Amino acid sequence: MCTVCGCSGHSVEDQFRAHLAKTGQASAGPLAVLAQPVHEAKHHNHGHLDIHVGLGPAGTEVPGMSQARLIEIETDILSKNNGYAARNRAALSGRGILAVNLVSSPGSGKTTLLCRTIEMLGRQPLAVIEGDQQTTNDADRIRATGAPAIQVNTGKGCHLDGRMVEQALGRLDLAHGAMLFIENVGNLVCPASFDLGEDAKVAILSVTEGEDKPLKYPDMFAAAMIAILNKVDLAPHCDVDLDLYEANLRRVNPTIEVLRVSARTGEGMQAWIDWLKRGLAAKGA
Amino acid sequence: MHEMSIAEGIRGVIEDAARNNGFSRVNRVRVEIGRFAGVETDALEFAFDVVMRGSVAEGAALDIIELPGRALCYDCGETVEIKDRLDPCPDCGGGKLLAQGGDEMRIKDMEVV
Repeated sequence: MCTVCGCSGHSVEDQFRAHLAKTGQASAGPLAVLAQPVHEAKHHNHGHLDIHVGLGPAGTEVPGMSQARLIEIETDILSKNNGYAARNRAALSGRGILAVNLVSSPGSGKTTLLCRTIEMLGRQPLAVIEGDQQTTNDADRIRATGAPAIQVNTGKGCHLDGRMVEQALGRLDLAHGAMLFIENVGNLVCPASFDLGEDAKVAILSVTEGEDKPLKYPDMFAAAMIAILNKVDLAPHCDVDLDLYEANLRRVNPTIEVLRVSARTGEGMQAWIDWLKRGLAAKGA
Repeated sequence: MHEMSIAEGIRGVIEDAARNNGFSRVNRVRVEIGRFAGVETDALEFAFDVVMRGSVAEGAALDIIELPGRALCYDCGETVEIKDRLDPCPDCGGGKLLAQGGDEMRIKDMEVV
């Protein structure tokens, strides 16, 4: 409705199209529109090809006021990603699948940890989605264990997103009650913001990285449910304070669970396997 | 540089809104970014200018409204406002704070023509 005078429709064309739609003559050409004498044409320049001042999106013209209007959006910027993530989560939960998103800096030992985890889980059905900018090295290492793996190369991308995981899921035949390991791109910044549909983010940091790593990259450790302090077998050789690692992790995330592990020697691995099995049992409940 | 992905998210929302609301140009976009959202506002401004090229929001101004971070202090039990994840509790000085908000990333509104 015109907010200046209350007449309906912003233009002759609009009114005529509505009329055509009602009478089933929608095939009339555009010139027919202009031939229609409608009251706005003489009224305040709503119609014809004269002066279309009233045709701004605001549908009105008031001297001194801009034609711009404000549209309330109130939409999450990552709503598209979150939509994919929600679909992934529903699809995985529907099949009682536990999904974990492994996040860390490059070189923390994610792939070695995964290979060891797959060995220890034995006959447990599982699959791995590997995220890296380039190469299929990690997926090749996983496949060498006998487990199915899909490599997602992000190219220039710094993180996996919900859509990439949806595409990878389409190529995996996951059994009911399986475990899904998503190894994110090695990066302690960007993957924190992108929900993939996982049940938990698992942050892995190795003892060689420095006790202040959680303080330097707090967003990631705040987003994680559990942290794996990996390569503890190297701790005696590199003057690290494992308690300080844990204290710093809890400073950025008071509820985070911390496991001290060496994927190489197997130390602490059973606690991680137990954590996964508890998580899977909770999904099936 | 995940600010580039975030700018692409903004472009996606704007293009959906342009289809639904029938506008052809965006003058200004207002976004709310929480203190703990992990977004560098300078990087987002740069990415926004680049990503909006060729869209209805090319050349649009980006107004970033920073939202405060809130956290629950495990020492005194109060919910407090903090600027940085590692800030101590302003009430009791405690160091164990669990973020309760501040990770928002939302397009609030935009001025369109």
